Amino acid sequence: MGDPIKVIKTPIHLDYQVLAGRDLVRFLNAIAEGKFIGRRCPSCKKVYVPPRGGCPTCAVVMGDEVPVADTGCVTTFCIVNVPYEGQVMKLPYVYASILLDGSDIPFPHLIQGIEAKDVRMGLRVKAEWVPAAELKPTMESIRWFKPTGEPDAPYDSYKDHL
Amino acid sequence: MSTPRDVAIVSFAQRPAVRAERQADDTEMLLPVLTEAIARSGIAKKDLGFTCSGSCDYLIGRPFSFVSALDAVGAWPPISESHVEMDGAFALYEAWVRLQHGDIDSALVYSFGKSSLGNLREVMVMQLDPYVLAPLWPDSIALAALQARALIDSGRASERDMAEVAARSRRSALANANAHVKGDFDVDQLLREPHLVAPLRKHDCPPISDGAAAIVLAAGDLARKVCARPAWIRGIDHRIEPHSPGARDLTRSSSTKIAGQKAGVAEADIDVAELHAPFSHQEIILRDALGLGASVDVNPSGGALGANPMMVAGLTRFGEAASRIIDGRARRAVAHATSGPCLQQNLVAVLEAR
Amino acid sequence: MGTEMIAPYVLEYTYRRSVGPVLGRFLAALREARVEGARTPSGRVIVPPTEYDPDTGESVGEMVEVGQAGVVTAWAWMSEPMRNQPLDKPFAWALVKLDGADTAILHAVDAGSAEQMASGMRVRIRWRAEREGSIRDIECFEPETR
Repeated sequence: MGDPIKVIKTPIHLDYQVLAGRDLVRFLNAIAEGKFIGRRCPSCKKVYVPPRGGCPTCAVVMGDEVPVADTGCVTTFCIVNVPYEGQVMKLPYVYASILLDGSDIPFPHLIQGIEAKDVRMGLRVKAEWVPAAELKPTMESIRWFKPTGEPDAPYDSYKDHL
Repeated sequence: MSTPRDVAIVSFAQRPAVRAERQADDTEMLLPVLTEAIARSGIAKKDLGFTCSGSCDYLIGRPFSFVSALDAVGAWPPISESHVEMDGAFALYEAWVRLQHGDIDSALVYSFGKSSLGNLREVMVMQLDPYVLAPLWPDSIALAALQARALIDSGRASERDMAEVAARSRRSALANANAHVKGDFDVDQLLREPHLVAPLRKHDCPPISDGAAAIVLAAGDLARKVCARPAWIRGIDHRIEPHSPGARDLTRSSSTKIAGQKAGVAEADIDVAELHAPFSHQEIILRDALGLGASVDVNPSGGALGANPMMVAGLTRFGEAASRIIDGRARRAVAHATSGPCLQQNLVAVLEAR
Repeated sequence: MGTEMIAPYVLEYTYRRSVGPVLGRFLAALREARVEGARTPSGRVIVPPTEYDPDTGESVGEMVEVGQAGVVTAWAWMSEPMRNQPLDKPFAWALVKLDGADTAILHAVDAGSAEQMASGMRVRIRWRAEREGSIRDIECFEPETR
């Protein structure tokens, strides 16, 4: 008898049709217009971007929709050196938690236009949108965030949003 | 085991099940259900000692999707929380066990799921043995059909008996605003329909449903304080059979029989039983295993044949049974939930008013 | 402006699973167009084998060869096969207790029509021409000709 089998391949493939919830639909429609929106929790008053159906800390339905700027500062970030299947960005690249002006919860995205080693907490950045004609209700409408050249945001301005 | 601590279901809330929820995501489905269950419990959210949920990431296709559903719970300050990749009824069992420790007095249990997003029959293959079963992709209806055939061969049920279960369930569902497959169907008419996977016809099978539900458990004095008529969990037990359908007697649910004995079904005068039987023939098997007499009102809610949100239908059986005790319509109820192919594992509880 | 946004999404995993000595031997036998089961301390032969007796939990003992034909203990008619299933024309799912085994194996029967199927009938393995050590080395079962 031949050798026992040691390993078998058991690939799986499942197809889904996923739906965006109400808040994500509104958020993506705003993205298609080159804008960010958030929602404010009526209880803790924090503005979440992207907006979501309930406040994660208060468990109440979110309140008013508020416009949020496409500028902000880097709070925390990481420098990625590990390649993975399907990656598009050249290594190393920076993935940052960006506190958009007017929001309370950082929003994750890529940083480009600056050497990875020069990225720092407090770095002021602005969204780099695709050309207006290419805007669609998808996160791909934003390529990445780039430095604005403004002086860094002081630590006190974002220390409670880390 | 020494006498278990008295724990009761003190509130239940559910979202009307629908074939496909196209607006609200998981969190948006859950938030109103949790708000209602907590409000009805009389216990403040901050005082709940433990939270346990049941859901299946494969329904939405995203690993750890259940974590984002915690947004609906408001986990701040941090909470003591657990999760099972199973029907919420098993989350309820975990919460019951947790309450036995005696250091906390209440627990929130919830479950949710959108079966409409993927191909449920394929998704359910993910629960099977990955070496010798899953590579053949035997879908959930095919496996249930094998069990139905075995039951018919044994002489203990016929396709007509199965159609009668289906017709009765859909008729009962007419009175249930939360069920979505309902109506007055004629058994002979049903039997003229073509088979879906013989011997099962479409009416023998559960619908595909999206939904969410939540229950609050409270122990001893707290339950008595917040609820006029708590649904006391007199006994509860969970048993599991071998995984392989070829290594089990599919016609007799031995795990349900043992769980029923341990939960005390035989000693109690049962008014109503909510049995989690997604397929019509399974109700026949479960009734037999539990020894339920003809006078027991089985699945007045319509059961899983009226609405079957995966991961929620079992918890809903507990909620429906408990509701009838809480509002005075019943004195003693059996609640049952199942998981795994062909009733592989079963949870049985006896609920009662005191 | 859309009020409903739907996107197709594919979940794919290229799983590679280590199988251990008991399954490893079962699968190696399949590659050689043979079926082996595991004998429990009480003498039952489990097919497909598990590492333990499903009833008592005791470790299984030796592996033994079982027949390539057996009896259908339950079946279901798949009139509209789904993708990835053993056959792409209507077939029967069946639990088959191979000669010498005490448990039944799940597979497909190429019976042609539901009328050809009956519990208690005998079926025989149709082996795949190219085998690799997989449950799918059994292409399907066929009704055993008298």
